[in-house]
Amino acid sequence: MCDPQKLASLQAAKAKYDEKVEKVLQKMPERKKEFVNTSGIPVQRVYTPLDMEGFDYLKQLGLPGQYPYTRAVQPTAYRGRFWTMRQYAGFGSAEETNERYHFLLKSGQTGLSVAFDLPTQIGYDSDHALAQGEVGKVGVAIDSLWDMERLFQGIPLEQVSTSMTINSPCAVLLAMYLAMAEKQGVPFAKLRGTVQNDILKEYSSRGTYIFPPRPSMRLITDIFAYCTAEVPQWNTISISGYHIREAGSTAVQEVAFTLANGVAYVDAAIKAGLKVDEFGPRLSFFFNSHLDFLEEIAKFRAARRLWAKIMKERFGAQDPRSLMLRFHTQTAGCSLTAQQPLNNIMRVAFQAMAAALGGTQSLHTNSFDEALALPSELAVQVALRTQQVVAYETAVADTVDPLAGSYYLENLTDQVEAKAQEYIDQIDRMGGAVAAIEQGFVQKEIGAAAYRYQQEIEAGTRVVVGLNKFQVKEEEKPKDLLKVDPEVGNRQRARLQELKSTRDNAAVAQALAALKTAAQGTDNLMPPILAAVKTLATLGEICDTLRGVFGEYEAPALI
Amino acid sequence: MSAERKIRVLAAKPGLDGHDRGVKVICAALRDSGMEVIYTGLRQTPEQIVAAAVQEDADVIAMSVLSGAHNYLFPRVMELLKEKGIKDVLVMGGGIIPEEDVPALKAAGIAAIFGPGTDTKDIIGFIKENVRQR
Repeated sequence: MCDPQKLASLQAAKAKYDEKVEKVLQKMPERKKEFVNTSGIPVQRVYTPLDMEGFDYLKQLGLPGQYPYTRAVQPTAYRGRFWTMRQYAGFGSAEETNERYHFLLKSGQTGLSVAFDLPTQIGYDSDHALAQGEVGKVGVAIDSLWDMERLFQGIPLEQVSTSMTINSPCAVLLAMYLAMAEKQGVPFAKLRGTVQNDILKEYSSRGTYIFPPRPSMRLITDIFAYCTAEVPQWNTISISGYHIREAGSTAVQEVAFTLANGVAYVDAAIKAGLKVDEFGPRLSFFFNSHLDFLEEIAKFRAARRLWAKIMKERFGAQDPRSLMLRFHTQTAGCSLTAQQPLNNIMRVAFQAMAAALGGTQSLHTNSFDEALALPSELAVQVALRTQQVVAYETAVADTVDPLAGSYYLENLTDQVEAKAQEYIDQIDRMGGAVAAIEQGFVQKEIGAAAYRYQQEIEAGTRVVVGLNKFQVKEEEKPKDLLKVDPEVGNRQRARLQELKSTRDNAAVAQALAALKTAAQGTDNLMPPILAAVKTLATLGEICDTLRGVFGEYEAPALI
Repeated sequence: MSAERKIRVLAAKPGLDGHDRGVKVICAALRDSGMEVIYTGLRQTPEQIVAAAVQEDADVIAMSVLSGAHNYLFPRVMELLKEKGIKDVLVMGGGIIPEEDVPALKAAGIAAIFGPGTDTKDIIGFIKENVRQR
């Protein structure tokens, strides 16, 4: 659209259109005075080439698999293969979850994603006082290598990729996975998967922290260093905006706070002596797919471009793989309603479609009953089928980044990127993401956005179908909600007793003492943790050893 | 004449659950409606919550659990209140609470359970109607 003559005639045509609109508006005003998206970006009536002035295709988009990777990180994208269909699952005991995994793999899922219960995520054994009532609830309870082996019974580790949502005690669970692989005779170099390992968003949004920021960052960079050498195909972190968004952020904040955390990890790893191109290629990301369809697609594209620029310009990365933002997506749990829950199936479908059009590498689609309980098997199957329909039936995956060049989408992608960059600059001025979180800045921004969103719903300016419009009086709730067996806690506790009375307790004590010494020094903590796990030291024992050296995080009082 | 005493609400997250979007939104709404709100932050034991309620002289305890541990945590708070002889504090719960769990929680003394999609005005109204009179 560079031809000045054509541009001039477009300008004239647009002026005429604007005149006409004025007349139409007098007769029939628009639905709203102002159209604005969740990020506060005004949405114009129409977008034309006039909104793409100065657009430079190669600089802003590039071809798929080319810098700045706006269109895709990989040249053929989904024409090669679809995204990995990966449903986050885990509940009760290792045996029950193992059964669900076999069901999912049989249903055509292509990767596993482990949900751990809260005591596991916070480094407590199932018999800890604070674990009361929580064992096996939001995920599977894993206390020791024994449980991990039961969790993966009958699943060949060299054939699946496994994602583990584990953060503060990530090193311990990863060590258990490695110990299990060793027993199965699978070389570490063949293992594929991801650990979330993203502590910063735990402080700001998700809440499963244990240690203060400094030792937590050390554990993270130790995992980077260890895996670079020993488990080269493993994604050592999944820098997560998902939970930031679930906590109530806008789309722009999701990109900004996630990439700001990413910057903090890269900084920490470089400070720990690693080279950016050694660990850069194994960094991965995790985003939310929310309701504003086009804003979400723009968000994914903007995030890809911005991260490529950050890695190249700020950190001087040279390896193209270091520049590529690869990400997992989950549809927005917070958009699901308890009212008329079947409507959630449609919400999830649109969100899944946005993730596909945004170029996600893997996807979890939520189950329609999740505002009511943990998902039932039927609901999980519908969720998985939803993304299979998007992939196999809608044909959106047949060409790469099909919405590129849309006047609106490109404009929006630019604006999301620019606004996210403004936040990152602001966080830099505060001293980086760790400082911004310690000062409560990130938490306050998210909290304010969440409150605004709720106020819009209550004022009716934001319509939620079935909740504040189109309600029904008496609704039938879905039946067959999943109930976690209340006995799981007792069984875990009994198993722990059995473990402690049959293992070599002297070897455990020795391994924990060695871990303590290592934690007090500066050596990489992965080898002593792996050694401890193999003696059947429990997760709680290992984390308590580290608590003794590192202390525990105290959240700032913000409200 | 002294100003009317504000209703004091202790908002709490018992257990290990980290989902605090809802509780924070409710804190803001209650505050905007003129109540005094104290938020405990995450990972509070039932003992800590009851101690905080006593110390803060709370009229209301509002607890949020989305992890499924409510059947243990909510009744435990009620038990501890009883042990301390506290009978006139209004205790409410919210989060992902399956409908079939509600009758037992109410029998344990939880005055109301508010699920996803609740309008904050309904919570404010409920508190104003049911809080103890001073």
